[in-house]
Amino acid sequence: MRKYLPLAVALLTLGVIGGAAIAADDASTPPPVYTAKEPNRYSWSFQGPFGTFDRAALQRGYQVYKEVCSNCHSLNYIAFRNLADPGGPGFTEAQAAAIAATFQVTDGPNDQGQMFQRPGKISDYFPPPFANPQAAAAALGGKVPPDMSDLAKARSHEWGFPQFVFDAFTTYQEDGPDYIHAIINGYTTPPPGFPLPPGGQYNKYFPGGAIGMPQPLKDGQVKYTDGTPETLDQYGKDVAAFLMWAAEPKLDERHRLGFQVMIFLIVFTGLLYFTKKKVWHDVHHESAASS
Amino acid sequence: MSLQTNSKIVKWIDYRLPIFTMMQHSALDYPTPKNLNYWWNFGSLAGIVLVIQIITGIVLAMHYTPHVSMAFDSIQHIMRDVNYGWLIRYIHMNGASMFFAIVYIHIFRGFYFGSYKYPRELLWWIGIIILLVMMATAFMGYVLPWGQMSFWGATVITNLFSAIPEVGNAIVTWLRGGFAVDNPTLNRFYSLHYLLPFIIVALVMAHLMALHQHGSNNPLGIDRKGPQDSIPFHPYYTVKDMFGLMVFLLIFAVLIFYFPNMLGDPANFIQANPLQTPEDIVPEWYFLPFYAILRSVPNILFIPAKLAGVICMFGSIFLLFLLPWLDTSPVRSARFRPIYRQFFWIFVIACIGLEYVGSQKPEGLPLVIGRICTAYYFLHFLVIVPLVGWFETPRPLPQSISEPVLRGGAVPAGAVREKP
Amino acid sequence: MTTTTNGAVVHDDKSRRDFLYIAAGAFGAVGAAATIWPFISQMSPSADVLAQKEIEFDLSPIAVGQIVTVKWQSKPVFIWHRTATDIKAAEAAKLADLRDPQTDQARVQKPEWLVLIGICTHLGCIPVGHEGPFEGFLCHCHGSVYDTSGRIRQGPAPANLAVPPYKFLTDTKVRIG
Repeated sequence: MRKYLPLAVALLTLGVIGGAAIAADDASTPPPVYTAKEPNRYSWSFQGPFGTFDRAALQRGYQVYKEVCSNCHSLNYIAFRNLADPGGPGFTEAQAAAIAATFQVTDGPNDQGQMFQRPGKISDYFPPPFANPQAAAAALGGKVPPDMSDLAKARSHEWGFPQFVFDAFTTYQEDGPDYIHAIINGYTTPPPGFPLPPGGQYNKYFPGGAIGMPQPLKDGQVKYTDGTPETLDQYGKDVAAFLMWAAEPKLDERHRLGFQVMIFLIVFTGLLYFTKKKVWHDVHHESAASS
Repeated sequence: MSLQTNSKIVKWIDYRLPIFTMMQHSALDYPTPKNLNYWWNFGSLAGIVLVIQIITGIVLAMHYTPHVSMAFDSIQHIMRDVNYGWLIRYIHMNGASMFFAIVYIHIFRGFYFGSYKYPRELLWWIGIIILLVMMATAFMGYVLPWGQMSFWGATVITNLFSAIPEVGNAIVTWLRGGFAVDNPTLNRFYSLHYLLPFIIVALVMAHLMALHQHGSNNPLGIDRKGPQDSIPFHPYYTVKDMFGLMVFLLIFAVLIFYFPNMLGDPANFIQANPLQTPEDIVPEWYFLPFYAILRSVPNILFIPAKLAGVICMFGSIFLLFLLPWLDTSPVRSARFRPIYRQFFWIFVIACIGLEYVGSQKPEGLPLVIGRICTAYYFLHFLVIVPLVGWFETPRPLPQSISEPVLRGGAVPAGAVREKP
Repeated sequence: MTTTTNGAVVHDDKSRRDFLYIAAGAFGAVGAAATIWPFISQMSPSADVLAQKEIEFDLSPIAVGQIVTVKWQSKPVFIWHRTATDIKAAEAAKLADLRDPQTDQARVQKPEWLVLIGICTHLGCIPVGHEGPFEGFLCHCHGSVYDTSGRIRQGPAPANLAVPPYKFLTDTKVRIG
């Protein structure tokens, strides 16, 4: 037991320092922070090591983006040709070219030195609804809707202890889609006394509560052609899936290649393990006589 | 053993440039203690990850544009359009994290087994310099994607230098090339980020030269007595290192293919905006303990908290240079140091505590934990390690490395204590 | 391999070990090759570059006699709306006079539209249209002279101006590439 005496002394010292630190702590108590409600966790087709995108969901999500979100939000890093890429919504090249042609993109300068509008080609990128952030702010009362290309990876939620420990083990990484789905479904009346700034709306999942975006979607607003229910919940799921694809278009390929690599590595590691054991056999089993 | 070959070509080359003889001597025949455990794999693993980072980095540089208006776009281009660009970028991004994880384990191996002690003090010093250059490289590399965290992390860390009295602000302006982090900063960080890994390569070569001078330490911490204590590096440690590499690649592959963004910050998927600060400015996980120390330190006497924090943060690494002399114990390996071993584990817990604190805002309970752990960190090296070395009674050391293997146990009484 | 007393055939240690080493080595070689492939592939044109493989161009604004230069795959392409005189001069040329014999008909799909890659076949400069003794193209770098079909007539260039792959989508729209 005596050998633990120094250890006990050390811990006691730390305890004294800790007590002093608490007593002398001159940091003021932080102001009350309005914590957003935790998004519900849904099971997504693309989650897990064998997850892939659901083509139909991506197409419906694209429709929601096109009809509603694209009026304010840009998708600057997605080109029309991406809609026909493998692992994506699965439009054909002809369909993607037709979609492109429905958009007007800026081109030029022409021979007179002017920029002009022309129908999109499949190699073009989705044109932004506003020429620049200042134009967006001017049109929308000072708010600048974020670009959506990476939105599903740019959003997360502070889950706090101990959830983040569990998440490290289950490797939950669908924060972004869950958040997007939550926001779309999260518009409610604010709690009594909540300080809502002018032009703001209350969303129970938005950090701080006062979201700049007015409620973008209502039940039945977008007409689906495949019989899927036209509910806010469904719109949220579909557009979240679409935006996840927009942020990670290579997800299907990554999972597929990953599986092949894992099989290879497991076999190869096994082979090397036995090779190592074989090589080391005489060292691990040497006797006094043989050394 | 001299070069053994029948090849005329090999002999022709070797006579003029003895690379084959060098390989034979340093990598094939090289006598290595026969009792190394898997904690000794992390050195070669670090070297391999360095090579992976350099190769993926050079390839990424073929597609990256270091200008503020195009950097973020060029990363999108790599991720979406370049063939396998997403794979190479994820390897590079997660490889940096793996590099630090491996190097931290490598360092803690050194703490536990006394690898920094005589005659390996310079080996240890070169290692710390490698760590410092790695940190500079990683910091600058993180700025290159020009996301919100890239920009604001660069702003916070370059701001630290303003804590230096008198010349601080001038240094910050000089570092940034302007009044704020902007294009000049990005360009010079790109240039230096490309350069420093090759400095690391040179340092690694010096590190290996120092290592080979006296050979590796071993888990028992005692010197080799003769050839019966050694085995040639090839095939024993080449095959063991390859196996260790495969286990590492398994973990690395899981990270790259299934959780590539887990260690990163979502805010970096938003393009840098100098007019909008993110909720929380947090560095990458491998910098969190030092970030915690930086923010834990209050005003000390006449030194303002900011300067004191900077001094303690850099001091926490520079302190390591003194370790071979701070540790007064005549025994290397913690296997034979029952008291030191306990403090080693408390130190590990303190470092984990600092890691957690670094990710939180410096207020409330995390601040208290941060102060306790920071206090312990310095106490450990400056007070505990020297005192324990003096007052501890180590366990008896074995006669030699082979001896416990042959006889099945350490010799109890009368064993010679290792003296520097 | 040895045969034991009861007749069983036993692989001796050496050949089993060799098999293990060979298997590990083979796996390693396959793994190394598979690992190198992405690094080679990443230098090939990326998806956005490949999307520029073809361009479409509207011919209606081009007046008769006018040569327009468009960019295709980062190269200049001349589109010449030839006059009847130009076409006649091109068709009248004797093959024996040509360094790189080609009939004009082999170089056009519609005689009034000449589509050429505007890179001199000598050392890569861009020739200028409506210049030179044949009223075709003249390369100012080293004096190569091309006729109204873009065929080399004088100067150091060894071959005619190349014709890119193209297709008429309509009478007034062409897709190059």
